[in-house]
Amino acid sequence: MTSVFGADGKSYPCTVIEAGPCIVTQVKTLDNDGYEAVQLAFDDKKEKNTTKPMVGHFQKAGTEPKAKLVEFKGFEQALNLGDVISVDLFEENSFVDITGVSKGKGFQGVVTRHGFGGVGGQTHGQHNRGRAPGSVGASSFPSRVFPGMRMAGRTGGDNVKVENLRVLKVIPENNLIVVKGSVPGAKGSYLIIEK
Amino acid sequence: MDLLKVAQEAFRTGTEIPSFGAGDSISVHYRIVEGAKERIQIFKGVVIQIKGEGVNKRFTVRKMSGNVGVERIFPFNSPFIEKVEMNRRGKVRRARIFYLRDLTGKSARIKERRM
Repeated sequence: MTSVFGADGKSYPCTVIEAGPCIVTQVKTLDNDGYEAVQLAFDDKKEKNTTKPMVGHFQKAGTEPKAKLVEFKGFEQALNLGDVISVDLFEENSFVDITGVSKGKGFQGVVTRHGFGGVGGQTHGQHNRGRAPGSVGASSFPSRVFPGMRMAGRTGGDNVKVENLRVLKVIPENNLIVVKGSVPGAKGSYLIIEK
Repeated sequence: MDLLKVAQEAFRTGTEIPSFGAGDSISVHYRIVEGAKERIQIFKGVVIQIKGEGVNKRFTVRKMSGNVGVERIFPFNSPFIEKVEMNRRGKVRRARIFYLRDLTGKSARIKERRM
């Protein structure tokens, strides 16, 4: 993330995303696959780190091996194998939805994981229960903890989608788009951008 | 990191700001929007510090308004800066001349640096 000054003089928090060039590596059709979709590939990968079947898959599209493959639906224009999709697809001041894998936080308690308020004050005999979850249910009835009770556990690393992020700028020379606000995930991680 | 700089560069307004440092007297021509009207205000004073890096780089200018000290912080990349005029180069030993805040009148003068 960084921040930039808009023409109105305001400072906007923004994220710079390298969005392309993506190459069409497979076109799924109704006849062949039962649904319509386009598989796009992004980011180079060494051939020695690619399995032989995947090398064949990329050769069919006439490209070098790629690191990330994602299927997209609902393209307006008809696409063929080997077509290149660039950031020209995006317009400035339009809105996009961005999906990514959020940063992993490890095993976290209920305060971090579910936003519990903690127990309250630190005085009045309070000892070491400040961030405890409290009661998880009643006694002999129902004699069990209900499923879905919010407890401590692995946090982060989920698929998170952020909707309606404004595209502040498209820089075609470097395949960059700049969106207002933050996106899920660590620096350098892969994102899915949808219009 | 490199691509971040490319993106930041794309938002630059291209206003040339002369290089100055602490102790220099400058006039900042700053665009002010009041409702639908726009005018240019000139803030004339002494640079007392330059802070931050990259897009966050900003400078503080201090002036005496009557006998009240006024300080204003300007971002280098603000699109509202019309131009910056260099009035006088000052000879100071520090990068941040906060001691100026305690001084008034004759003692608040800064020696001119001859180039």
